Amino acid sequence: MGLFVEGIGGAIAKIATLDPDVIDAAIASLVVSGAATLLAVVTGIPIGAIIGLTRFRGRRLLLSLVNTGMGLPPVVVGLFVVTFLWRSGALGDLNWYCTRQGMVIAQYLLAAPSVVGLTAIALQSMDPLLRMQLLSLGASRRQAAWLLIRESRVLVFGAVIAGFGAVISEVGASQMVGCNIRSDTRILTTAITLETSKGEFGTAYALAFILLAIIFAITAFFTYAQQRRPHLW
Amino acid sequence: MLEAVDLTAYRGERAVAHAARIDLAEGEHLALLGPNGAGKSSLVLGLATLIRTVGELRYRGTLISDAAAFRQKTAVVFQRPLLLDRSVRENAALGLALRGISRRERDARAETELARLGVGQLADRPAIGLSGGEAQRVSIARALAIDPEILFLDEPFSALDAPTRETLIADLAQILRDRGVTTVMVTHDRDEALSLADRIGVVMNGELRQLDTAETVFGMPSDPEIAAFVGVENVLPARVERATDELTFLRIADQHVEITEQPPPGDDFPLMCVRPDDVVISREPAAMSARNSFRARIVRLEPIGRRTRLVLDCGFPLIAHVTRQSARDMGLAVDDQVVASFKATVPHLLPRIRH
Repeated sequence: MGLFVEGIGGAIAKIATLDPDVIDAAIASLVVSGAATLLAVVTGIPIGAIIGLTRFRGRRLLLSLVNTGMGLPPVVVGLFVVTFLWRSGALGDLNWYCTRQGMVIAQYLLAAPSVVGLTAIALQSMDPLLRMQLLSLGASRRQAAWLLIRESRVLVFGAVIAGFGAVISEVGASQMVGCNIRSDTRILTTAITLETSKGEFGTAYALAFILLAIIFAITAFFTYAQQRRPHLW
Repeated sequence: MLEAVDLTAYRGERAVAHAARIDLAEGEHLALLGPNGAGKSSLVLGLATLIRTVGELRYRGTLISDAAAFRQKTAVVFQRPLLLDRSVRENAALGLALRGISRRERDARAETELARLGVGQLADRPAIGLSGGEAQRVSIARALAIDPEILFLDEPFSALDAPTRETLIADLAQILRDRGVTTVMVTHDRDEALSLADRIGVVMNGELRQLDTAETVFGMPSDPEIAAFVGVENVLPARVERATDELTFLRIADQHVEITEQPPPGDDFPLMCVRPDDVVISREPAAMSARNSFRARIVRLEPIGRRTRLVLDCGFPLIAHVTRQSARDMGLAVDDQVVASFKATVPHLLPRIRH
C-alpha cells in the first residue's frame, strides 16, 4: 500500500511539472500508435470490405488467416519485423531498426488484422439486399461499398477501436523493434516496463495515468463518431 | 420498352428462374404472380440487372451491355424498406444524391415525393423507428424521386398488415396511373396483381408459364397448376361426348355439361375449369339461361373473408362461393339440397396432363 501511495504522489508531481521524459513518451506513443492505426484503417477497411462484400476463391482461408492475425503475440510480430529490419535483413537498407518507422510497421501488423477482420464481419452481417438496393438506386460498386461501410459504422468504428487498443497497449513488439531509446522510440508502455524494473513507481504511475487518459480520450472520440448519425455525403 | 428473350436468372451458379419471352410496353404495368419460392423475385431482379442472367435483355430495342447505365433509368422497391440510418428526407433523396444532383434540388424532389406518398411530415425524422407502412412509403418515394423509366416492385406490400397494405396499394395504383411509369411488380397476391397490373405473368417452379391479360390468366389459365393458383378451384376431369359448332357436350362423372369452348385438339379427356364465383346457388330449379344446373348436397360450409365457400356434391365435387349475406338469407346449412348452376360460357378446358 505504501508503494502505491508513493507512486500516486510521484505521478502527480511528474504530471504537474510536465516531466520531459513522461511527455516525450506520451508524444511517441501517440505518434507511433496513431500512425499505425491510421495505416491500418486506410488499408484495412477496403480490404475488409472486399472480403466482406465479395466472394472469391480462397476467401475463407484469407479470413481464417486474418482472424488468426487478431491473436498474434506482439513479441512474435516484433521478432518477425526485427528479422526484416536487421542490417542484413530483407529491409535492412531502410535503416528502420530502432526507429519509430520500424515500430509503426510492427504496430500496423498488430492492428491491421483487427480492422480487416472486424470490417469484413461487419459488412458480411449486413442485409445483402441493402447492397442490391443501393446498386438499384444507381450506386456504383464503390459508392455502394462506401455507403455500406458508413451504415455499419458502429461495427467498423468498433474495428478501429479494437485496432487502436491492440497497439497503444502493446509493449513486446515496440520494445524489440524500437529498442526503447529515450526521447525517441521510448513509448508509454516500454517506459512503464523500464521504470517499474528500476523501482521508479512514481514515474511508472505517471506514465500509466497518461496512457489510460489517452486510451479513454481516443476511445471516447471514436465512440462519439460511432454513435453519431451521419449525413448523406 | 423492355424485352427479354430466353432469359435465365442465376443465384450464384444455380439457374433459378426462366422466361421464354417478356415484352413490356411503355407505361404498362406487369405483375409477376406466383407462389412463394416460385422464382418470380429472381426473374424481376434479373430484369433489373441486379443478378446474373443469361439470355437476351433489350431496352428500347438495344441489347443491355452496360448494366450500371441501365440501372440509372430504373428503380427497385423491395419487400423490406431497406432504409439507411439517416433522416427520412435523406433516404428519399439517396438516388438523386448518387446521381450528383445538388442538395437543394434533391431535397425539393424528395419532399415532393414524400408528400405524394403521404409522409411529407416525417421528412426530418430519423428513418429508423418509422412504422412498417411509413418506411415502405419512404422507400417508394425514394424510388419515384429519381423519376425512373421502369419501376420494379418486389413484393413491396407483403410485410405490411392488411389495412396498411390496402391503403398503400390504392395510393400507389393512383400514382402509377397518374405518372404512367412502366412497372414490373412481383406478388403472390392475386388481388394486388389485379389492382395494379394490366397484364399478369404467372411464375411457377422457376418458369414464366403464362403471360397475358388478367382476364385471360384468371379466366383461361394455361395449365391446372396455374388454374389452382389463380383460384380456379374446380378443375374437373371430363370426357368429350360430342361437339357441334355452338356447343361442346361433356360428361363429368354421371352428369352432362354443355359449354361453348371447343375441346383441345385431339384430347377427348380434357380438364374443365370453373371459377367458384361463377357457380350460382338456388334452392329450387329456376328458369334461367344457364345451360348447366345440378341438384347438389352441401358437404361443407366455410366462411372465407366476406364470402362463404360451399363444397357441393352434385355427382362430382363442385366448389361455389356466395356472399355471407346470401348464405344467411338462404339459410344454407350442411346436408341441405340446393341447385348449382353455371352458364355454358363459363368453363374453360385444359388439356389433360398425362403422366
